[in-house]
This record gives sequence, structure tokens and C-alpha cells, in this order.
Amino acid sequence: MSYWCQMYFQNGVTFTSMRVQWAFGMYCVVLMLIFVFVMFSVLLCCSGSHQFIYMLTDHNLERIWGTVPLLILVFLSWPSMGLLYVLSELETPLVTVKCIGHQWYWEYEYTDFAVVSYNSYMVPEDELKLGEPRLLTVDKSMVLPFSVWCRILTTSFDVVHSWTVPAFGVKSDAVPGRLSESSVKVEMPGVFWGQCSEICGALHSFMPIRVEVVSAELFSKWLWILQSSVWEG
Amino acid sequence: MSFIKEFSGKYPEHTHKNDPKAEELLSTAKFDARFQMCNQDKACWQNYVDYFRCIKKKGEDYEPCNWFKKQYQALCPGFWTERWDEQREAGAFPAKI
Repeated sequence: MSYWCQMYFQNGVTFTSMRVQWAFGMYCVVLMLIFVFVMFSVLLCCSGSHQFIYMLTDHNLERIWGTVPLLILVFLSWPSMGLLYVLSELETPLVTVKCIGHQWYWEYEYTDFAVVSYNSYMVPEDELKLGEPRLLTVDKSMVLPFSVWCRILTTSFDVVHSWTVPAFGVKSDAVPGRLSESSVKVEMPGVFWGQCSEICGALHSFMPIRVEVVSAELFSKWLWILQSSVWEG
Repeated sequence: MSFIKEFSGKYPEHTHKNDPKAEELLSTAKFDARFQMCNQDKACWQNYVDYFRCIKKKGEDYEPCNWFKKQYQALCPGFWTERWDEQREAGAFPAKI
């Protein structure tokens, strides 16, 4: 989850989020190199120690400063194009979860074996236990298995919401009448957090997302318990 | 070499595969090549309609119809299918079954 004075992304736990962060880091390096080069050139020109009063045209120089930026842009677009297709890829999924946005809570539906759904409300500040994060704690989490391709379908019952978990690299708008698909394969167990990311009314900031990622065996046991009885939390 | 693979977005083979133990325990709706885009509302709708057309033509005991049932149950939100069930019962469903 996020921590105080965080300057960079949360640690990615899916291969797609790790690759996106790697590409971002690479773009930052290229950006810094270009910035340093441009600043150096500006200072050089302002210093007055070099003068080019006898140069009228230099076609070779113009060819160089036309093609080098073009090559830099091609270099930058290469991982981006690969990522564009990889992010929308869905290998053989084994789990489908529907995240339905309501004002102002999330409803999770697991209907692969039986129709099971429950609502996830934020725990108010006065009911928090010691150590539970404010504005993030929920009464019922979403559960996913790790190292398994999961299909996440987001939609909304009323207005536009957005289901986000930064650690997964997922931000999927929940639009009424539309069923947006994202794919997630979480590589390590743990608890991951997110918040609604599309303004949806007065309590937009108070509908968090908490995902517990567990082993496939534990997930199937939990699902069996959920469908055989009413979950009271 | 690993930098080039990383750079071109090629992943190691194991990152594509599911946990083998999970494959024995879990299953869900399969990928449908007719609906490759991010928006799966048509996939949900089409599988719902196809299921009821299938059982109307072949009978409720016809096993292959359950493919469509599994697909639409996995994909469609509950409040969509409840509304469509009410429309079918009222004779107001906007598709020919």
C-alpha cells in the first residue's frame, strides 16, 4: 500500500505492472539524459565562448538533428507498443470476478460455480481496530488466488466508478451498461489496496478496495464456504 | 539477451501459465474469439440469448447448451440477468428466442 512521502509506484505484484514500471524507469533515464544535454547546450550557447558566425548552412548537421530525435522516439515507442498488447492479453483464465460499483460501495460476484455475491463497505473511523488503515479498511475483502489468471469484469449499477489496485497495475472504469474486462495474474500472496478512481458523488473517497490474495486451495475452500452458507463477515 | 527480451516485452514462458494445482480446482468461462475487445457486454448478451435459444430448440436436458449457460453465468452481472429474466417472463425480451 502507499506510505507517507511516497515518490514512486507501489511495488508491482503482477508481471504486467512490473514491466510497466520498468518501462517508466527507462523513459525517466532517457528524459534525464535529454534534459542534461539540452541544459548543457543552452549554457554553452550563453557562455559566448563558441561562435558560429561563418556557418550559413550545414545539411549534414540538419540531417543529424532531424534523424536522432526520430530514432529516440522509435526507441521509446518499442516497449510501449509491446506493453499495449500485453496489457489487454488474457491467457486461459480460471477465475472470473465481477466488481460492480454502487454509490458508495463495491459488490463482488463470483458465479463460476454458484451465484455468490456480497457487498464491501468501508469501515467508519470510529469502528476501526488498532492498526487498521483509515479510509482503506473494509468489512469484506475481495479474494483472489495467486499465480492464476483472473478475469476482472467491472460495471456499475448507477454512475461511473473506477476499480483500481495500483499494485496490480489495474485501473478499470466501471461504466453502467458496459462490462470492462481486465486480466490479472498476481504473483505473490498478500493484501493489496485501492480506492475508487472516478468521481461518483459525495462519498467517492469512501469506497475502498481491499484484495486478499491467497493460494488456489484456500481460495477454492473459501468459495465453497461462501456458496454453501451466507457470509456474515 | 535478457535486456532485449525485457525490452521487446517478451516474457519468460512460466509467466503465461496458471498454477497447475489451480487448474484442477478452478474453471471459468473460456476466451471467446468472437468478442476480443475490452467491452464484454455483447459476449454476456450473446451467450445469454444463445442458451435460451438452445434449450428452446433442443430441450433443457441437452448437455451442450450448458456451455452457453456457464459462459453467461460467469460473464453477466446478476442484476442484468435478473432484468432479462423478468423481460422474458413478461414477453418483452428484445431478442427473438
